[in-house]
Amino acid sequence: MSQTFKKGNWQKKIDTRDFILQNITPYDGDASFLKGPSVSTKKLWKKARQLLDEELAKGGILDIDTETISTITSHDPGYLDKELEKIVGTQTDQPLKRGIKPFGGIRVVEAAAEENSYKVSKEVVRIFDEYRKSHNDGVFDVYTDEMKLLRSTGILTGLPDNYARGRIIGDYRRVALYGIDRLIEAKEADKKELVGVMTDELIRLREEVSEQIKALKAMKIMAKSYGYDISKPANTAQEAIQWTWFAFLAALKEQDGAAMSLGNVSSFFDIYLESDLQAGKITEEEAQELVDHFIIQCRLIRHLRMDAYNQLFAGDPTWTTECLGGFFANGQHKITKTSFRFLQSLYNLGPAPEPNLTVLWSDKLPEGWKKFCAQVSVDTSSIQYENDDLMRAKGQCDDYCIACCVSMMETGKEMQFFGARCNLAKAMLMAINEGRDEKTGQLVVPGIDPLSEGPIKYSEFQKRFKKTMSYLAKSYVNTMNVIHYMHDKYYYEKAQLALMDTHCHRNMAFGVAGLSVVADSISAIKFAKVTAIRNSDGLTKDFKVEGDYPMFGNDDDRVDEMAVDLVKRFNTELAKNHIYRDATATLSVLTITSNVVYGTKTGATPDGRKAGEAFAPGANPMHGRDHSGAIASLNSVAKINYADARDGISNTFSIVPKALGSDRKEQIDNLAGMLDGYFKKDAHHLNVNVLNQETLEDAMEHPEKYPQLTIRVSGYAVNFIKLTRALQEEVIARTFHKTM
Amino acid sequence: MSKTLKIHSIETFGVHDGPGIRLVLFAQGCPFRCLYCHNPDTQDLETDKTETKTIREIIKLLEREKPYFGENGTRGGLTVSGGEPTLQAKAVLALFKEAKAEGFHTCLDTCGAIVSKDVEDLYRFTDLLLLDVKHIDDVWHRKLVGQSNFNVLANAKIREKSGREMWLRYVLVPGWTDQEEHLTAWAKYFAHFKTVTRVEILPYHELGKHKYQELGRDYQLKEVKPPSKEEIQIAKDIFSKYLGDRVVVS
Repeated sequence: MSQTFKKGNWQKKIDTRDFILQNITPYDGDASFLKGPSVSTKKLWKKARQLLDEELAKGGILDIDTETISTITSHDPGYLDKELEKIVGTQTDQPLKRGIKPFGGIRVVEAAAEENSYKVSKEVVRIFDEYRKSHNDGVFDVYTDEMKLLRSTGILTGLPDNYARGRIIGDYRRVALYGIDRLIEAKEADKKELVGVMTDELIRLREEVSEQIKALKAMKIMAKSYGYDISKPANTAQEAIQWTWFAFLAALKEQDGAAMSLGNVSSFFDIYLESDLQAGKITEEEAQELVDHFIIQCRLIRHLRMDAYNQLFAGDPTWTTECLGGFFANGQHKITKTSFRFLQSLYNLGPAPEPNLTVLWSDKLPEGWKKFCAQVSVDTSSIQYENDDLMRAKGQCDDYCIACCVSMMETGKEMQFFGARCNLAKAMLMAINEGRDEKTGQLVVPGIDPLSEGPIKYSEFQKRFKKTMSYLAKSYVNTMNVIHYMHDKYYYEKAQLALMDTHCHRNMAFGVAGLSVVADSISAIKFAKVTAIRNSDGLTKDFKVEGDYPMFGNDDDRVDEMAVDLVKRFNTELAKNHIYRDATATLSVLTITSNVVYGTKTGATPDGRKAGEAFAPGANPMHGRDHSGAIASLNSVAKINYADARDGISNTFSIVPKALGSDRKEQIDNLAGMLDGYFKKDAHHLNVNVLNQETLEDAMEHPEKYPQLTIRVSGYAVNFIKLTRALQEEVIARTFHKTM
Repeated sequence: MSKTLKIHSIETFGVHDGPGIRLVLFAQGCPFRCLYCHNPDTQDLETDKTETKTIREIIKLLEREKPYFGENGTRGGLTVSGGEPTLQAKAVLALFKEAKAEGFHTCLDTCGAIVSKDVEDLYRFTDLLLLDVKHIDDVWHRKLVGQSNFNVLANAKIREKSGREMWLRYVLVPGWTDQEEHLTAWAKYFAHFKTVTRVEILPYHELGKHKYQELGRDYQLKEVKPPSKEEIQIAKDIFSKYLGDRVVVS
């Protein structure tokens, strides 16, 4: 096959990036070449929709296979419609039927099944009770009292200690480009080099590479059951897409990671599609059909989750994140016709939250592409944007993907240990309550002196808050070290890591929630007069705020710098600690939908926020406090330094169509202009919703009218009608930028 | 005195007052009392909420917003609206001079109530003039805004003579500004203006209604409903007959 492709380093070693660089056909035009859905796509999607409706009608889960422990080869082949579908392969033997993956923790699987009136087979339970330890068992064997306390007070929430950590992205393209046999050869060669003094790390790595090789062999067997031989490279576009899907599917069968992202496959697919188009083997309509069928598979990915998990990450997300666009380091952009085809699927199949389409933006991208992206945002609210110029520079690579919502990872070379997030607002309250939890009075952070009587003094507060943050950062890292040691040991992602370099770079990805609440609170303490109102135990139950103070979200440096500094300070504190496997500490300002749960668990704060009220999502200003217009709001968030938050800074922007421009053309132009401006300010990420509040309110009352209404939340998109009422209300309460 | 501007409010993402993305300053104070005014709180020359901003401060705001204005500021810039900005013509002139020196596109949104040397000077530093001509018939104009349209039309001519670009705006209010003969007269009057590149029909809306209540004032257009799609189309057709494809509904 390689005779039709340009030669390069990719032939000598495993180097997908080089293959794309050598063979890409950049496209500078507009969207006019695109085709609508084929007859078979329409039929296939109709069938999928019927299943999706059925799933919704059943309360969110269509079926669970409670008998079979899901592995790469555990299930017989499954089809949506064998006659119609061009890309095949389901996680279990039927689409939307969820598999069980008890390696993360058998109790979690049992609970999730029971919440849906299913029961995990006795045999499976017995295996895990009697013979096979899980990740969750391992973690709780080792957790200290302090770690358990941090967890139960809710200062650390969403830790991957009872579910799979996810966030690891295999370079799934490798299977299509090289075929399994060549990949096994490369891993065997790597293993030969792993000799010398048998340190813990070397022993572990040798074992891991052996596991990876087993996973590669299993992929071949799985593909064979669908009638495909993937031992050799793909020859056609259909094969390239199918091989890639099998690779991704192997990961999805083996793992139920919180976020299992796809990567950056569209321009890779384009090389094969272009080659087939040039050779006259397929038409444009057929090229689009292949993409659409692949997207349908991505939309049917399902994992079995507990209700408690759904509260944090609502809407049954899978974060099948796919990056589109961006530049190579040599200045060549990576927009291809297939970048357009991926977005076109949102028209051909209608809007949907998955795959989580992420546009890597730069103001230097071709105008035709920029306009099409903005148009798709205006029409569907289904895509998000990240700053390619910034990430390429700071990450020093140009072939990267996005893990989960916003986290940059060099494809096939970089992984992360996911670490949920720390509730900064609660930490702040601990600093005001002598280290005690403001709700229970339990001592969490030792050695915090009481504040003096009267209004809170800024310097007194800052001293205590710094000490609290430092203590929590240390405990947070320790907790994460335990979790990831056990995850590697009991629930190792062999399929994904088989498709990464043996010596990959590791990050440990921490997070914070409640940034704007804390920034506004500190601003209130500094610029207004804040007095704590305490209960009989001396715990704060409310705050009296007298006078005005600058609020985050108005492009006012006095308070914005406080937010900038908070992120920097916490990031610095994290990096001071010993980190498992010498990983690099990174930090995100991202909440998913947990901003609501975090709010519930947090008492009143000095910014005037009442106890239990939701935080703003991610790095967003608090609801209704960004009153200087959209750009002032964006500019405030843009100030947070990406170097201090390399795991990503999420901002969710909602605007009513009319406030974006009088007509569709203006709306598209202005959105593109807004993205240019925001990212030139070195901002990192933006979710864009172009919606009328009334539409959302109507959808709350009449969900049946809006089966595909999609809305961006912190770093991903959801089907609006799948959110709980509380979350729907939170979304509506959020600032919608309007005109006066 | 001329180095500060009395401002009602600021919109950092203005997309309705001039091309592209704009920093829009709403100046405080207006000589007209349009019955449909949706920002009645901008009419008084000063209120307890009025902010005073120096030219320097405004230029700083512009600098912060510069990346959103496109390559070389071609897709946005500064708009001063109101209220009526020409009440503070000297200050706005100083602001526009400075803004233009820094490379920002300037746009003035005016009702054209004031004819003066200062206003004419200001026009020279205005890249784009947005002129509201609220009624072509002087009797109706007086009824609607409390003053004659004499100055408004004079300002239109001054701008036309200068050869610099201008957009015209027209608020379509059923029963007040939608009479066929007056729409025709309006369109005919401006049909030959070479500097007019766009004519915006702004359908009347009721979003300002509640502000009258808050101000303890009587809202005189209580009975008036926003124009229907058909009514808007009729007005647009009349305008288009004389003004061609320059006419848009905003």
